Amino acid sequence: MASTEPAVVCSGLVRRYGERRALDRIDLTLQQGQTLVVFGPNGAGKTTLLRVLSTLLRPSEGEASLLGSDLRKEGWKVRSQIGFLGHQSLCYGDLTARENLHYHARLHGINDAAARIEAVLEQTELSGRGDERVFGYSRGMLQRLAICRAVLHEPQLLLLDEPRSNLDPAAIEQVEPLIGAAVGRTRVIASHDPAGGLAEADLVLGLRNGAATLLAPAAQVSTEQIAELYR
Amino acid sequence: MSATRPPSTLSATHAVLYKELTLERRAPQTLTAMALFCASVFVIFHFALDRNEIEGALAAGVLWVTLTLAALLGIGRSFVADREEGGLDGFLLAPAPRTALLIAKATTLLIFLLIVGFFAALIFSVLLLGPTPNATQWASLALLILLADLGIALVGTLIAGIAIQTRARDLITSILALPLLIPLLIAVTKASEPLLSVGGGTLAGRWLALLGLYDLIFGLLAYALFDYLVED
Amino acid sequence: MPTTNSLYGRRLPGYAIATAIVLTAAIGLAFFYAPIEADQGFSQKIFYIHVPLSIVTLGGFVFGGIFAVQYLRSGESRHDLRSYTAIHQGLVFCTGALITGSIWGKAAWGQWWVWDEPTLVSFLIVFLLYCTYQPLRFSIEDPERQARYAAVFAVVAGIFVPLNFLAVRLASPLIHPRVFSNSGDSLPGDMRIAFYTALVGIALLFITICKYEMSSKHSRAQLAALRRSISGEGNEPAPARSAAPRIAVK
Repeated sequence: MASTEPAVVCSGLVRRYGERRALDRIDLTLQQGQTLVVFGPNGAGKTTLLRVLSTLLRPSEGEASLLGSDLRKEGWKVRSQIGFLGHQSLCYGDLTARENLHYHARLHGINDAAARIEAVLEQTELSGRGDERVFGYSRGMLQRLAICRAVLHEPQLLLLDEPRSNLDPAAIEQVEPLIGAAVGRTRVIASHDPAGGLAEADLVLGLRNGAATLLAPAAQVSTEQIAELYR
Repeated sequence: MSATRPPSTLSATHAVLYKELTLERRAPQTLTAMALFCASVFVIFHFALDRNEIEGALAAGVLWVTLTLAALLGIGRSFVADREEGGLDGFLLAPAPRTALLIAKATTLLIFLLIVGFFAALIFSVLLLGPTPNATQWASLALLILLADLGIALVGTLIAGIAIQTRARDLITSILALPLLIPLLIAVTKASEPLLSVGGGTLAGRWLALLGLYDLIFGLLAYALFDYLVED
Repeated sequence: MPTTNSLYGRRLPGYAIATAIVLTAAIGLAFFYAPIEADQGFSQKIFYIHVPLSIVTLGGFVFGGIFAVQYLRSGESRHDLRSYTAIHQGLVFCTGALITGSIWGKAAWGQWWVWDEPTLVSFLIVFLLYCTYQPLRFSIEDPERQARYAAVFAVVAGIFVPLNFLAVRLASPLIHPRVFSNSGDSLPGDMRIAFYTALVGIALLFITICKYEMSSKHSRAQLAALRRSISGEGNEPAPARSAAPRIAVK
């Protein structure tokens, strides 16, 4: 993969649910190593954008490519390089945290999975309760486990849908090395927190009814402009 | 950085199958429900038919109607755990071949059906069956259960994949599965009939051939079409 | 509206007229030209409607499957609409075939339903399967997913039909002597002419009704779009649950 290739390119990206356009002609380019923060009220299309980029949803129209691979035709190529964190943990309640992570490690074909799993569990302070069934986890623990799952295969591109929801300040500190702005990691983050989101953004996208009403480098965007999106 | 390489179909199938069986071992709901269902239905047939012992075509019909209806329970549960916390998305996000999901799901269902099938055949022979089959007839019956359950598992996985995304999941499972299973039931009841008759009989080759053809056709259909059900 | 949609139904009158002519001719031939069958007498005349209905039903289901394959390969919604229409009308014709078959059974054998007639039993099973097509579509809200799953169903069901015929035929004792084979090859010449005319007539009727259904769906979608643009409600129709394919008006 050439390092000069943009991490994300969308042009005229449309995703329909029936007649409704959940994403309406999105154009954007995100360079590798940069962070795009997506703002917008509920139902504006943030989750849909992340799900399209994660290959879970196919684009209805337009082009989208990740790390040089066309999502529509070669989505399978980039799956190993994407780490997706959605609203659901994607973990099974009747399996333990370790079993869940082992399952995903095998689906991703990770060599030396056991060491990697212990490392992420240690980082999120879940290793002590890693042999308990996920069923009994609190929302915060579940979110930490979901983050472990999303970064297990050390993806180049992170797609994070409100990653810090349900986390207390201490937990936010813990997950920072996993989903924070580490070197070489490209991130697309959906956020509801104007100040915090803007602070970690290189590029800001504002969505409203599926359309991009704001797309600018973070340095040129004020928190008032973001607050405006929610009005 | 630990290296990753997309898993082979075999490796991914094994991962999903292991996950499925662990889930059922932790919370053994589906198997116990299917087995209990079979036992209750045999008791119902005893009273509904007002017979203590049955044989021949009637016995074959009672056994296979019961097993088919029990299979509907298993089919209906097939993807439920994957819906609850988005486990299906978890599979789809991984660079694993989609066919692995089909094979693992169908194998899980087949294992459940075989366990329930042999259990049900055993208690059926105790509770309702008049004649006592000999060893050859038991072996023939086991072969029939295997071939029929393979067909039910393939059709069932295809239907479960369709029904999981619909709103009326239970309704869709039943109304789709029953007509599709009729040719299989024709073959397997006709083939079981001589095995469960007084005096006994042997297996007719043409019913085995029909069962094999059914399994083959639905195996190919499931393989060709399953991607359209899980993608997107 | 200058879109390709308005071309729908352009050839409809031609088909309708051809259908009327051929069906009238078929009725005339069946009642006044073809001889009264020796064993069954006048009641055998229902053969000229029952067998063509059955054949056209199967044709409809086969085409429903073929269009479904085209839809899965191309993702173009017009193939979904064609598949839907073929199966929808196939089901209507299948109902006709079952009712006429039942009447024929009553006249010939004195019973409304005979399990010994494998073709009729097969039709009942196929009918039961295709009856689930509409409920399946109705239970899926997203139109794109609905179309895709319906196409998977149509392919599975299309391949199921011959398998089912084989299984039912193998299981039938065939007690009743079969006066006619369904192909019509064994018919005497004057009966054969009437039969083939009726077959063509019913096939034309099927095509006409399908074309009518498709053009009616298109014109209704266009009308709704025009209404919305007049009342200024925007371009998108209100979301509604439906088993029928959604038609995008450009």
